[in-house]
Amino acid sequence: MNVNLKDIAGIIRSKNSGPYELTLDILFSTREWYERVRDAKAIHEGVVCALYKIPPEKIINIVHFEPADAIKITIARPLCSGDPGETDVYGAQQHAPLLNLAIEC
Amino acid sequence: MAQEEFRILSTTAILGYGFPMASFEAGMARKPHLIAADAGSSDPGPYYLGAGVSFTDRGAVKRDLEIMLSAAVEHGIPVVIGTAGGSGANAHVNWCREIVEEIAREGNLHFKMAVIRAEIPKETVRKALRGGKVTPLHPAPPLTEENLDETVCIVGQMGVEPVIKALDQGAQVVVAGRAYDPVCFAAAAMRAGYDQGLATHLGKILECASIAAVPGSGSDCMFGYLGKDYFRLEPLSPARRCTTASVAAHTLYEKTNPYVLPGPGGSLDLTETKFEQETERIARVSGSKFVPARRYTVKLEGARRIGYRTVSIAGTRDPVMMREIDAVTRGVRERVADNFKGAAFEYTLHFILYGRDGVMGSLEPTPVIDGHELGIVIEAVADTQAHADTICAFARSTMLHYGYEGRRATAGNLAFPYSPSDFHAGEVFVFSVYHLLEVEDPCALFPAEHAEI
Repeated sequence: MNVNLKDIAGIIRSKNSGPYELTLDILFSTREWYERVRDAKAIHEGVVCALYKIPPEKIINIVHFEPADAIKITIARPLCSGDPGETDVYGAQQHAPLLNLAIEC
Repeated sequence: MAQEEFRILSTTAILGYGFPMASFEAGMARKPHLIAADAGSSDPGPYYLGAGVSFTDRGAVKRDLEIMLSAAVEHGIPVVIGTAGGSGANAHVNWCREIVEEIAREGNLHFKMAVIRAEIPKETVRKALRGGKVTPLHPAPPLTEENLDETVCIVGQMGVEPVIKALDQGAQVVVAGRAYDPVCFAAAAMRAGYDQGLATHLGKILECASIAAVPGSGSDCMFGYLGKDYFRLEPLSPARRCTTASVAAHTLYEKTNPYVLPGPGGSLDLTETKFEQETERIARVSGSKFVPARRYTVKLEGARRIGYRTVSIAGTRDPVMMREIDAVTRGVRERVADNFKGAAFEYTLHFILYGRDGVMGSLEPTPVIDGHELGIVIEAVADTQAHADTICAFARSTMLHYGYEGRRATAGNLAFPYSPSDFHAGEVFVFSVYHLLEVEDPCALFPAEHAEI
């Protein structure tokens, strides 16, 4: 089955985790969707690298957190928060590429 | 070990973000042992730490504190403020202390106050750096002495120990400088004999108050009940609920790994944590553990000034200009560089293009223009405000009249919403220190001053 992430996740957000990291949270609407995406291994390094145009070494971790039916992706920020060239000091608007991510599960 | 639950009223997500009186009164009716609020964050960026100013408004902070202090004095319970003034350096702590003293004067309130400093002298850090006691927090780069020389302000995140010590010495009101977020809630609970893991996890959630409820809010209270082997969370507005989902979701917020949360002196381990629904509005959490670290470390944050910023805001509605925008910005950069190649100062010039990649920069997966207008921010940073003005104004006027390929509109390329078109954004800081410092004594870096108010 092919679905967009935004149709099966109630919360998709981004935020700084300290000034050097950006963390992306995907909280699925149901335990079932969480498990289906987890079991299909649909969100992995390759997907994140392609979505954000980053090399694998910029990915800090991808964690499954069952208590919140969530998958959490943390990447290195392109710049330390507030450095010259900054576009999003809080990192709160970096989630959009995930919304329409097509998931096969 | 105490049998009774330790009750904590967290008033708001950040001191100064406010709360409804009805929620506060509902909290007081539950007879809290502690009223506390976290006042800080590094999220607003390096400016506030470097410049010594708060990102919250004085009037709003005074309003929140006035209500908290009056109730605490009336009921004889402590108030603990963490990361006073937003960044918790001396300037921020003094700012908050002054507000507390003003409230006490105006309301004729009397209490014992402790002010705990968290600004770390550069020489202390330099000595530790030379002794191999400073390590970068990945992916921050290693600290160099040169970087340290240019750093204007360093703070350390205190753990619970300095706050417990201040309470032991009789303080009723504690104004703490930079502190690990849960500390202002966890310290009094640990002092009363409760478990560090549960107290810290509870503090992690209370520091954002009602953000962990549904519907969430940054300006409403949250109540915590800490037992021997569990804690419970209850939002104080009847419109909100704490659900296992909302509390578990909050555990993820702004963290790299939700299972292991490092802090001063050790990590919070949530691998065995259970989230349960006690009533429709109350969530119950158990199983969180504190794992002491082999060496006690304090997280350092420092800021360095890199110059002054001037910005100009404009837009374009011209499809040819939008098609040629890369050639235009390249051409403007070259003209600026050529015009000021003899100048005795360095500068950086940025163009933020809203409508293409203005929000995501290099992370933008589709850096194309598919709208009918484009927002443009021209940003210059240089060693003085005057030099930043010079670069910004020259880039702006060059862009306004730049003759790009295929141009039809020869009267001006930019729409300015304002006159003047350019704005001083003032001093520019960057984070220059984000490192761990190994310490022997968790209190040594955080001296307290006690006063009778």
